[in-house]
Amino acid sequence: MRERESRGTPAVIATFFLAAVLTVLPLPEAASLGRPEWISMVLIYWVIALPHRVGVLWGFAVGLFQDVLTGAVLGQHAVALALVAYVAIAAHKRIRVFPPLQQSVVIFLLVGTGALMSYTVQNAVGRVLVPPVWVLLPALVSALLWRPAFSVLRWVRRRFLVR
Amino acid sequence: MLLDQRSEHVQPLRFAIGYLTAPVHYLAHVPSAMGEWASSQAVSRADLQSEKNHLERQIMILQQRVQRLAVLEAENVRLRELLNSSAELDARVLAAEIIGIEPDPSRQEFVINKGGHAGVYRGQAVLDAGGLLGQVVDIGPLTARVLLITDASHALSVQVNRNGVRAILAGIGQPDRVRLLFVPDTADIIEGDLLVSTGLDQRFPRGYPVAEVIRVAHDPGAPFAIVEARPTANIDRASHVLLVERTAPRREREGGTQ
Repeated sequence: MRERESRGTPAVIATFFLAAVLTVLPLPEAASLGRPEWISMVLIYWVIALPHRVGVLWGFAVGLFQDVLTGAVLGQHAVALALVAYVAIAAHKRIRVFPPLQQSVVIFLLVGTGALMSYTVQNAVGRVLVPPVWVLLPALVSALLWRPAFSVLRWVRRRFLVR
Repeated sequence: MLLDQRSEHVQPLRFAIGYLTAPVHYLAHVPSAMGEWASSQAVSRADLQSEKNHLERQIMILQQRVQRLAVLEAENVRLRELLNSSAELDARVLAAEIIGIEPDPSRQEFVINKGGHAGVYRGQAVLDAGGLLGQVVDIGPLTARVLLITDASHALSVQVNRNGVRAILAGIGQPDRVRLLFVPDTADIIEGDLLVSTGLDQRFPRGYPVAEVIRVAHDPGAPFAIVEARPTANIDRASHVLLVERTAPRREREGGTQ
């Protein structure tokens, strides 16, 4: 039982890695304002799919990774993603059975919460230039891209038998 | 954790996680590098020929300038000896390639492919062929993060090349615009003036071009003049940069050369 539970960790890490590459991929100036929060989306997916394995600690670790990746204050994304993971884990049973549209709305709220959290931290250390409305744009794009991302991640989960 | 950011305690952790993030930056750079490679493979012979001619002409012009430079340098050293101030040694440089741009559009930073293992250190000055680009703010083992002079949190000491008027040059978060702070209305700065680094900030080497003044406006209600400048470095087009290493000991008395 114990061995079966810990299957597919490399696949999970690989999806986070891919999300990280998408996060730093160069984009045109206009498009980079609406760059979806890939790492948050992947984290939310894994939390919903495997709440017994991927949780707040994963969120924190992945957040630290994103902090170093984007040169942010160490702990900024860690706190935000830990919060996102906590909320997602608390609501994972409901999110699972939601119809697609409603699920996207929840993703918007979750990613938006994380983005505002990290905006708050950024604001506290005095490194922001844009008004907070702008940080919700990536959350909106994330919500729109949730279905395709969900399908891909579900395929990964089934293909590599992650459980 | 956040309080730790104020001190240096979390630097080792950041350095260690840098091993994990470096491959991400390298991988994200692959598509654009392949695009560059493909377009460089598909250049016509005529284009190459004309580029070669252009470069040869440029080399000739530069060599002619270098000839004069040697004489000027020697003269400069003699004059400095007369003034009893220390001679400036040539700085060692390290070439690096930009492999990542900061994804957050409100910050002006990029990532280069040289890090702590190549001897890069925090505060090192970064230039390109046109002039000063910025400074290293964060070191990973294989990558380093460079803060550009156009970032809103960056400022450095500059002086007008024409007459030595000093001012503080600060970024405003736009890639092609910087601003001089606290310039008196009567200061002798006009459009077209070249601003060079002074080295007074103990961080940037002295005498590298930084920006060119493009607008001077006087607002009767404001205590200071509005002076805008454009960086001479190719801030948003650079792909290779130079890291300058300080080999000379810090100059003790900068004021003596004025």
